[in-house]
Amino acid sequence: MDFNISKEHEMCKKVYRDFAEKEVEPIASEIDENCEFPYENIKKMAKADMLGIPFPQKYGGAGSDTLNYVFAIEELSKSCATHGVILSAHTSLGADPIYKYGTEEQKEKYLKPLATGEKLGAFALTEPNAGTDAAGIKTTAVLKDGQYILNGNKIFITNAGAADIFIIHAMTDKSKGTRGISSFIVEADTPGFSLGKKENKMGINASDTRELIFQNCKIPAENLLGKEGMGFKIAMGTLDGGRIGIAAQALGIAQRALDETVQYTQEREQFGRPIAKFQGLQWEIAEMATKVEAARNLVYKAAKTKDEGKRFSKEAAMAKYYASEIASEVANKAVQLHGGYGYIKDYPVERLMRDAKITEIYEGTTEVQKMVIAGSLLN
Amino acid sequence: MLNVIEKKCTGCAVCIDKCPFDALEMKNNIAVVDYNSCTMCGLCVKSCEYDALELNEESSQSKKDNSNYSGVCVIAEQRDNVLMDVSLELVSEGRKLADQLDVKLSAVVLGSDIKDTANELIAHGANQVYLVEDEKLKNYRTGPYTSIITNIINKFKPEIVLLGATHNGRDLGPRISARINTGLTADCTELAIEEKRGILLQTRPAFGGNLMATIVCPDHRPQMSTVRPGVMEKSEPDYSRTGGIKECKFDLDSDEIDSEIVKKSKIINLAPDSSELDLYTEIKEIVKQANKSVNLEKADIIVSGGRGVGKPDGFSTIKELASALNGEVGASRAVVDEGWIEKGHQVGQTGKTVKPKVYIACGISGAIQHRAGMENSDIIIAINTDSEAPIFEVCDYGIVGDLHQIVPLLSEAFQATV
Amino acid sequence: MKIVVCVKQVPDTNEVKIDEKKGTLIREGVPSIINPEDKIAIEEAVRLKEEFGGEVTVISMGPPQAKDALVEAYAMGADKAILLSDKAFAGSDTWATAYTLSQAIKETGQFDLIFCGRQAIDGDTAQVGPQVAENLSIPQITYVKGVDIEDDEIIAKRQLEDGYSVIKTKLPALLTVIDGLNEPRYPSIKRIIDAYNKEDTIQTWTVEDFEVDKDKLGLDASPTQVYDTFVPTRDHEPEILEGDVEEKVEKLIKKLKEEKVV
Repeated sequence: MDFNISKEHEMCKKVYRDFAEKEVEPIASEIDENCEFPYENIKKMAKADMLGIPFPQKYGGAGSDTLNYVFAIEELSKSCATHGVILSAHTSLGADPIYKYGTEEQKEKYLKPLATGEKLGAFALTEPNAGTDAAGIKTTAVLKDGQYILNGNKIFITNAGAADIFIIHAMTDKSKGTRGISSFIVEADTPGFSLGKKENKMGINASDTRELIFQNCKIPAENLLGKEGMGFKIAMGTLDGGRIGIAAQALGIAQRALDETVQYTQEREQFGRPIAKFQGLQWEIAEMATKVEAARNLVYKAAKTKDEGKRFSKEAAMAKYYASEIASEVANKAVQLHGGYGYIKDYPVERLMRDAKITEIYEGTTEVQKMVIAGSLLN
Repeated sequence: MLNVIEKKCTGCAVCIDKCPFDALEMKNNIAVVDYNSCTMCGLCVKSCEYDALELNEESSQSKKDNSNYSGVCVIAEQRDNVLMDVSLELVSEGRKLADQLDVKLSAVVLGSDIKDTANELIAHGANQVYLVEDEKLKNYRTGPYTSIITNIINKFKPEIVLLGATHNGRDLGPRISARINTGLTADCTELAIEEKRGILLQTRPAFGGNLMATIVCPDHRPQMSTVRPGVMEKSEPDYSRTGGIKECKFDLDSDEIDSEIVKKSKIINLAPDSSELDLYTEIKEIVKQANKSVNLEKADIIVSGGRGVGKPDGFSTIKELASALNGEVGASRAVVDEGWIEKGHQVGQTGKTVKPKVYIACGISGAIQHRAGMENSDIIIAINTDSEAPIFEVCDYGIVGDLHQIVPLLSEAFQATV
Repeated sequence: MKIVVCVKQVPDTNEVKIDEKKGTLIREGVPSIINPEDKIAIEEAVRLKEEFGGEVTVISMGPPQAKDALVEAYAMGADKAILLSDKAFAGSDTWATAYTLSQAIKETGQFDLIFCGRQAIDGDTAQVGPQVAENLSIPQITYVKGVDIEDDEIIAKRQLEDGYSVIKTKLPALLTVIDGLNEPRYPSIKRIIDAYNKEDTIQTWTVEDFEVDKDKLGLDASPTQVYDTFVPTRDHEPEILEGDVEEKVEKLIKKLKEEKVV
């Protein structure tokens, strides 16, 4: 398949790689260890117009496309998967719903600062008792005197402690189930909106994941995104796009795990020769490489399908399902082939293995992706 | 050949001022060319608004007659009235080239209160030294140095001009070469004469030291090179040598150097507006920095550490051996980049080029970039745990083993013998 | 303030490998980059533009693929980028390169400052900057690691081997800059997209587009020629000392004594 990677894509890819090597790689292990959000790097990325890659320039974006955005996440994730998810959550989940469903005023007020990177975005759907089953959302929004009053909790929110603008999903009409969900744009400093403690995670440690707490949080009525009751549709549509981002993150992790293994197995000698000379190991590497390449094709295809304006739910789900599974598998193999060295933090593969796991879980677990894929086939 | 189209010449005399070689004058309101002085550089042609001057094809630069160029000339550099080592290295090397060509070797020094340098240059092989002394020339400045040296070159027409590839030499060399329209080869590490044509073979590293290139300048004179400090061997001075010393001052009226020419370097008719720039560049201050204490280029013995030292304080082992041998501490780029030791210690393509009597590489793999800076050392000793490390290919003696065991033993042994 | 920056696209010499058997460079697969010190030059020019206003024009001479370097320069904030590309320029040495660049700079009109990187990593000559300054009859300051502008004067810190000097000169002037002067920014993704999609961001000039004396171009006009190239080698047989640690050290000391170096 021809992904039609243009000169401008190539040039951007080079910039992402260069940025990742010089700015991200040197701090990746440290921010993982210290669970430190990379504020400085996000600022630098904003300066290079990396925080609004697929949005039109009139909204402050770079005026490029999803494929280019995928390259950014892939390259960043090769060096640090946390950088990848920060960019993905910001762009696909925080900014994209405003671009897709927002009014001109909302785009002017919220999309612009997000796309230029002046502000950081986040997205909240999940609650303690509502994950995949969105109908179970308990957070409510009640319209009163021209304001919506929000009450409830959201959990596991990526970028929570760092974001300025949130897309929040709440029930406006409990009786209608998923059709009673609405989406809102909420600013971080709104009274009644507070953050819970930072989650202590297995991987992507530098990402700031928290609970959001709403206690009589009043927001202007014009911050309703779309119409009342459109929230579920907005959330699902947004997650379709988000999945391409996570798939790209998984692809970056997998590629790096493979690269590390290729290098290490040629350097490491046992029985008087590099271990890469052993056929058993060669076969492992061949399998890893083939899977990474297959994942790449799925991820790029999903991005291209979105860029062509076609329906892409199935493609995004396939890309996310496959890329995340093989990211875990390849990173796991990479650790195995590094032997004892793979298990210590001097080598990046142990971090890759921890970071890979989350890609199978967030923005729809592997099981949810399979539901989406099957759903699109079986009607 | 340069022609004046008399019908077009208005006698404005603009070209007279533009000519760097004083080869044009006004006679009866028409420009007239002195063909002995004209180098066909074409500056006057460009300056003429009336298209009254033209250079015709057959006399294009590549067909110049070079037979009137002879001799090797070293542009010596002084700082604080002391000659830089590279200048003596160049005079020593220049002597060999001059002997091979059977021509004279001259040296030029600019500065103030620099008479002592002349004897030094003669002792190392110069036949003739030109001193240009003026308070204003005490410190190097691009403008006046370019003008004066260009004039000296144009007057005495050496076939080869050598400069040290110091920061100043590399500032000055290209400026001169552009002014006199000849070739310049930068940062040479080897010079030789091709016997067939008697031309200078100028060899220099390129592509980050991955490749050596030999450059020639067959048709233009002089052939100019800047030469990397520390590469050429400095000969033993012989103070019984004799040579001519010619002093040229701005306000000097007579003598061997045509005072008029030197005077002109002050008035400057070399290039448009250059008189202003000669005067204008001003040195506000010169600051010496402490990193001078590392003197790798002059060291007889260098003990260098690379990644194999393991950690920043691993260098203490290296330093002990260096001090036991009364040598200096060197380092590979990798450890300098890591911040384990200051940049001043770095040996290699992007660091210093050294050629001590003994170079001991400890825990250095010997990447090409590092080798570029040390492989001319007389004796290279490599200590590395990896028997496949490329450093073992360039060493004279190699020890496969852990430097942390070997180096302290060496320190101990040498301390006992010294 | 009108600023011109001269840049060169170079192979990343850190990635260059050698064909040991043939004794030649393997340039295949070696990425092309903007010469690192030229990036410093671009950054400094863009910063001065941001501070004082004005316009930055980047000029490069090279083959058509050198356009990539100009896209990158544009994306770093240059307003205009001009690629001088013509078969007639091929094989230029520093003299001919400086001539061609100087003529192009003249064609762009008035300027206040010219920035060049000190030297390109493929040639390491450091000659083109000063030669351009000479051709344009303007003062130069080389090895610059600090820049201050006051009215029509420039005050620059010039790196020396054993310290630095502070030099003042009048604009227009040419500066060659060294690593450490600034930290070059990353190219803007938005401006990369613009470079490829907006009209006239990158211009390509051939000999017909600016005033040049065709006898001063390319290989034929270059005073210097490449006579030979070779891969550096060392002509001796290394001797690996064997034994246990003490024996090895003893042998080495004995050798050094034989060589009369200690």
